[in-house]
Amino acid sequence: MNWNWDYAWEVLPGIVGQGLLVTLEVTVFASLVAYVLGLVLALLRRSPFAVVRWIVWGFIEFVRSTPLIVQVFFMFFVLPNVGITLDPIPTGVLTIGLHYATYTAEVYRAGIEAVPKGQWEAATALSLPRGRTWVAVILPQAIPRVLPALGNYSISLLKETPILLTIGVLDIVGAAYQEGSAAFRYVEPITIAGVLFLILSYTSSLLVRRLERRVARSN
Amino acid sequence: MIQFDAVDKRFGDNVVLDELNFSVRPGEFVTLIGPSGSGKTTILRLLMTLEQVSGGQIWVGGECLSHTKRGETWVPADDKHQRVVRKRIGMVFQQFNLFPNMKVLQNITEAPMRVKNQNKSEATAAAEALLDRVGLADKAKAYPAQLSGGQQQRVAIARALAMQPKLMLFDEPTSALDPELVGEVLDVMKQLARDGMTMIVVTHEMGFAREVADQLVFMDAGAVVETGNPWDVLSNPQHERTKAFLSKVL
Repeated sequence: MNWNWDYAWEVLPGIVGQGLLVTLEVTVFASLVAYVLGLVLALLRRSPFAVVRWIVWGFIEFVRSTPLIVQVFFMFFVLPNVGITLDPIPTGVLTIGLHYATYTAEVYRAGIEAVPKGQWEAATALSLPRGRTWVAVILPQAIPRVLPALGNYSISLLKETPILLTIGVLDIVGAAYQEGSAAFRYVEPITIAGVLFLILSYTSSLLVRRLERRVARSN
Repeated sequence: MIQFDAVDKRFGDNVVLDELNFSVRPGEFVTLIGPSGSGKTTILRLLMTLEQVSGGQIWVGGECLSHTKRGETWVPADDKHQRVVRKRIGMVFQQFNLFPNMKVLQNITEAPMRVKNQNKSEATAAAEALLDRVGLADKAKAYPAQLSGGQQQRVAIARALAMQPKLMLFDEPTSALDPELVGEVLDVMKQLARDGMTMIVVTHEMGFAREVADQLVFMDAGAVVETGNPWDVLSNPQHERTKAFLSKVL
C-alpha cells in the first residue's frame, strides 16, 4: 500500500466541499428532530391516559429493536407506495432523528425524574396549572442537566449518518467513495473521510465536556 | 374554618391517620407536635391536596375539600374542585421548595400572575411589599441558591402569602435550618400570627409553640392524644404518651 499525496490533495476539495456540508446538515437537523421529538415522547410517556403510554412505549420498543438501515429503507422505499415521497436528505434526517428520539426520550425521562418532588408539590400548593408547571418549573430544571447527554447522542448520530449512502446521500463517505471510484483508488479518499469524522467527533466531544463542567458548576 | 371528620389515611396496610377528628377556628394558631410518623405532616398534606383521604371528610371554610356531592351521594372530589378550595390555602415546606431557576421576585409573582391573572406591575408591587414584610426587600433579584436557608424560607413564606391565602400551613419550617437562622423565620411567623392569619404549624420548637400558639395538639399513631392551651399541655400533660414524648424533647 502506498500513499499518493498529489491524489489526496486532488480529492480533498470534493470530499470537504460537498460531503462535509451534507454530513453536518444531516447531523444538525437529525439532532434537532431527536431533541424535540424525544422530549415529546418523554412527555407522552407520562400521559394520564394509559393508551397513550402504551402506544408510545410500543413505538419506542419497535424503533429500538429494528436496525436503523431497515428504517431508512422503509422510509425511502415503502412510504412512496402510500403517497409520501421525500428526497434522500429529508428522509435521512427524519429517520435518524426519529431513531435517536427513542434514546433521547430516555435521557429526558431521567432528567425530569431528577427534579425533586418538592418542586411539584410547591407548584400544586400554589395552584399553578400543570402546563405552566412543566414549562416554567420542571423543564427549565430538567433540560440543562441533560444537555451533555443529548450532545453525546449527537456524536453517535454523526457517526451513523454514512448509512444514508445506501439511499444516495453524498455525505463525507459518499463523496469519498464517489471520488475513489472515479480513479479506482480508495485509500486516500476513505482515509480522508475517516480523519474528517475523527476531527468532528473529537471537537464535539470537547464541547460536550465543557458543557458538562458548566452544568456541574451550576448545580 | 377547618374540620376533619373521622379522616382515615392509609398507605397500603400502614394506617397514618385513624378516624381523626380535628378542627381549627378562623384566626387560630395551632401547632401540631408528636413523634415522627404520628401523622402531623399528613394533616397538612391532605389539606394541600398533596394526598387524598382514604376515608372521612375534610372541610375548609364551610366547603368540603375531599368530596363533592353528586345527587345525594358524596364522591371523592376531582382536581378542578380541589383547585378552587385549596386556593385559600398556602403552604411552607421544610425544604423551602423555591423554584431554583427563577429569581426571588419571579418565585413570588409567578402564581399570582398565572393563577390570579394579576398583571406584572400589580404582582411585582405586591411581591415587593411582601419581601419588605419578611425583611428581604434587597433580595428581589437574587436566585434562591444565593440566599441562606433562613432567607430562602422567608421568601417561601412571601411566595405563599402572595396568593392571599386564608390559611397557612407550615411543615417543620425551621427543621432544615442552622440553629442561628431559626429565629428570623419564627419572627416572620409570629408577625403573621399577630396579623390574624389562621395557621397550622408542625414544629419541634416547643418554646415557640408555647409562646405563640392558641392551641397545641399532641398526636401519636395517627390520632390526637391531647389538645389544649400550650401552657397547660406542655407543663401539665394528662396522658402518659404526652409525658413520655415531652420528657424527651423539652
